[in-house]
Amino acid sequence: MKKPFLMTKTTFLTVLFVVFAGFSNLLKASDEGAAAEEINMSDVIIHHVMDDHQWHFTDHLVLPLPIIVYSSENGLDIFSSSNFFNEHHQEVEYNGYKLEHNHITLADSGEAVLDLSITKNVAMLLINAGLLLFVFLSVAKAYKTNAGKAPKGIQSFLEPIVVFVRDEIVKPNIGNKYETYLPYLLTLFFFILFGNLLGLLPGAGNLTGNIAITMSLAVLTFLITNLSGNRNYWSHIFWTPGVPLPLRIIILPVELIGLITKPFSLMIRLFAAITAGHIVLLSLLGLTFMFHSYTVGVVSSLFVMIITLIELLVAGIQAYVFTMFTALYIGMATEEHGSH
Amino acid sequence: MDLLSPGTGLIVWQLFVFVLLFLLLSKMAWKPILNSLKERETSIQQALDSAEKAKLEMASLKSDNEKLFKEAREERDKILRAAREAGSRLHDQAQMEAKKNADKIIEDAKAIIRTEKAAALRDVKAQVALFSIEIAERLMKKNLSNDKAQKELADSLIKDLKLN
Repeated sequence: MKKPFLMTKTTFLTVLFVVFAGFSNLLKASDEGAAAEEINMSDVIIHHVMDDHQWHFTDHLVLPLPIIVYSSENGLDIFSSSNFFNEHHQEVEYNGYKLEHNHITLADSGEAVLDLSITKNVAMLLINAGLLLFVFLSVAKAYKTNAGKAPKGIQSFLEPIVVFVRDEIVKPNIGNKYETYLPYLLTLFFFILFGNLLGLLPGAGNLTGNIAITMSLAVLTFLITNLSGNRNYWSHIFWTPGVPLPLRIIILPVELIGLITKPFSLMIRLFAAITAGHIVLLSLLGLTFMFHSYTVGVVSSLFVMIITLIELLVAGIQAYVFTMFTALYIGMATEEHGSH
Repeated sequence: MDLLSPGTGLIVWQLFVFVLLFLLLSKMAWKPILNSLKERETSIQQALDSAEKAKLEMASLKSDNEKLFKEAREERDKILRAAREAGSRLHDQAQMEAKKNADKIIEDAKAIIRTEKAAALRDVKAQVALFSIEIAERLMKKNLSNDKAQKELADSLIKDLKLN
């Protein structure tokens, strides 16, 4: 399942590269105005996949978001992000704070402040959490009202996914003690899945493609894995049994690095997969605006459609992969008897 | 490079919201969902198991029935055979007794006939003796008028006596 998908993606990226190469040659030949727009486009794309202090739907529809900052000098301050912009959408200082490239600093000293603002991604995070709560509480309710009957509605749609996570991801990787970790892994799976899918909506923030989000999830995986690690697990790391003494000394640092690389790979994988998908989609859409051409618009729209379908697949696969690896690491940490 | 540097605020929010979400969902969603799933799975398993058991019971019941049927048939055959044997034995016995009775009756009849015959013979002999005496009286009256004739008679009587 995964391999053909990767191949498809590679093929598409190759096609994309060829298209880009061809267009960039065209651009060199054309006037410099187009070149200037291309630079703008990359800014637009990066801006879109990153976090922001306001929710920018279109140039005329911008949702201001609450700013929550704390500094030892000024204490806690809460105000709307619209205060940072004048009527010409230019960034201005407000109340001694300055917003520059999405970083809030103190205007006088230029020192950074603790920024706990409800940014676009925090808003997405809250929407995602709210949606998860709403959906799964109603599913849980359906189990009560529908007790002893066949599932129906959203309950019957989500039940196979819950059972899939339980039977195909958690049980085989963790084994007997899977029930302890199942609620966490279900939350993780559906958080990533819903986040990925919400991120594909037009105007939505790139929640699961944000490195802060993936890092937090990876840190939680790291903590759970190592806090539930048993004697067997730690003895494998610090004093690998069945290996000659000199090798044990070499293995020790490798194992210690391994502790970090496992969650690190989780963090990078999810971030890269989702952000890359968004960048590809935006680049294809951007082509239309770069060339001011209907033909390019039609062709790139077709590509966008196909890539969007692939992104739907990626949304599921990445949720599966993150959960599966977390379950695998927990399984390795709680395994009773080593294979040696 | 801003893309790769995680924002502090977002990390704090994410950890807070995610852990809260986990706690809420585990208590209010996963627990009832997973419990009901498990319950349903056990009840389905039980239903399947009991169906299997019922099937086995039916099969054993059927074989039991067949066994009973077979036993009943054997019993019936046995009873019939015994009855037939008893019947024929009775028949034989009756026949034998009848024969014995008949033989006895015949024997008795023969004995009676023998005694009757002997009695009859005795009567006949007595009658004959009476008749003989009468005849002899008459003959003697007629023939024993001379000596010669008396002598011849005595001789013939002696001769007869000897023959007897």
